[in-house]
Amino acid sequence: MLEAVRRFFSRRGYLEVETPNRIPAPAPEHHVDAVACGGWYLHTSPELAMKRLLAVGFPPLFQICKCYRDAERGDRHLPEFSMLEWYRPGADYRFLMTECEELICFVASELGLGFSIPFRGGAIDLGRPWPVLTVREAFARFASLSLDEALCRDVFDETLALEIEPHLSGNRPLFLCDYPLALGSLARSKAEDPSVAERFELYLGGLEIANAFSELIDAVEQRRRFAEANDFRVRTGRNAYALSEPFLQALAEMPASAGIALGIDRLAMIFTDSHSIDDVVCFVPEDL
Amino acid sequence: MLYTASDLKKGLRIKIDNEPYVITEFNFVKPGKGQALYHCKLKNMINGNQFSRTFRSVDNFEAADLQHKKMQYLYKEDDKYYFMDNESYEQVFLTEEQMGDAKNFLIENVEAEILLFEDRPIDISLPNFVDLVVAQAEPWARGDSVTGNTKPVTLETGYKILVPTFIEEGQKIRVDTRTGEYLTRVKD
Repeated sequence: MLEAVRRFFSRRGYLEVETPNRIPAPAPEHHVDAVACGGWYLHTSPELAMKRLLAVGFPPLFQICKCYRDAERGDRHLPEFSMLEWYRPGADYRFLMTECEELICFVASELGLGFSIPFRGGAIDLGRPWPVLTVREAFARFASLSLDEALCRDVFDETLALEIEPHLSGNRPLFLCDYPLALGSLARSKAEDPSVAERFELYLGGLEIANAFSELIDAVEQRRRFAEANDFRVRTGRNAYALSEPFLQALAEMPASAGIALGIDRLAMIFTDSHSIDDVVCFVPEDL
Repeated sequence: MLYTASDLKKGLRIKIDNEPYVITEFNFVKPGKGQALYHCKLKNMINGNQFSRTFRSVDNFEAADLQHKKMQYLYKEDDKYYFMDNESYEQVFLTEEQMGDAKNFLIENVEAEILLFEDRPIDISLPNFVDLVVAQAEPWARGDSVTGNTKPVTLETGYKILVPTFIEEGQKIRVDTRTGEYLTRVKD
């Protein structure tokens, strides 16, 4: 699977990079906790480093690396997991939807799976194009309350996870897009509707596989959002992270780009029809 | 003792609204960029009521103060079953409802494990196997049976059970308390 992913990107002119896993300043996000390591932190994603490379003129980039997030453990979560991230200057999130379809169809065919992937008693039909649903429409269609009510009552995550996600496990992939701006801290807002971010999540078989943005390149706005996320973290009893000044300076030079993070372990769950993320890795923390 | 949401797991016993609950199902969910949610099915350990609830990582919980104590069954009065703590000689009782099926297998002076929540008795667990005397058995003639090789008898506790036809009144048999079924004849 990893060989197929690398072939896909190298044929398209993407450059594979490696960036440090141990960093002094992870991006402050509301609900992502970094693991402390020797006075610094293990990265929660290679996002900041890869954006710095784009800012100094690198071509389209991809990276496959381990990422670390504290206290995330469940059927679909490991505190150490494999991430595929790729960035494309000059593109937006719509472009990445198409590229996501092409990548996953390519990998499926290289694995000899074709366009119908057996999964949990049914099959996922990879025939393109894949359906797109906005978050607002998803709330209207599947939830007991509207998006605005859910935000107002602070039950967005509960409603999405418990009421909406069970409906996203049909036989088709799905792009859930246009998240409320407050929920995409490194995403650009949409020109036609500034209340939402140009962000999508790809669902396959009900599993959230990838998260993509049209990247925010406004350093002032980014600093404000980091500060807001740090305030939230402190308010909810967690630590604030130092801001990465080299990143914020580089952001001003970064070309408009689209970027996406895809969970390799979860994609492996899809292709192997696995119930738990434990089934696609050699060891889980409890084994060690 | 205080638990946080990240301690939640199947089988953990916590206190909610002053009642003990056991987590019967547990799921960690975390929608993209969203917060960690801990989706639990809980069962009330006193009345058996079940419900689902989703907790956030900021939530915390008191451990349910539960302990098992070996006690001796004394007697039944009205619908109360009285037990005595072997160490303190204190007496406690369980209601008929709390006893559940255990009442079918309990005779006086036998020891059982009583589950206490904050010193209040809420449940009983018996050994897997108990030996009981057949109090009443009709004589059994070959050919009477439509059920094959078994016949119904009444045990000293009043419990009716199917046993092989060779079992007679006054004999002792071993019963599996989990299934309520006959296992074997016991010779004194």
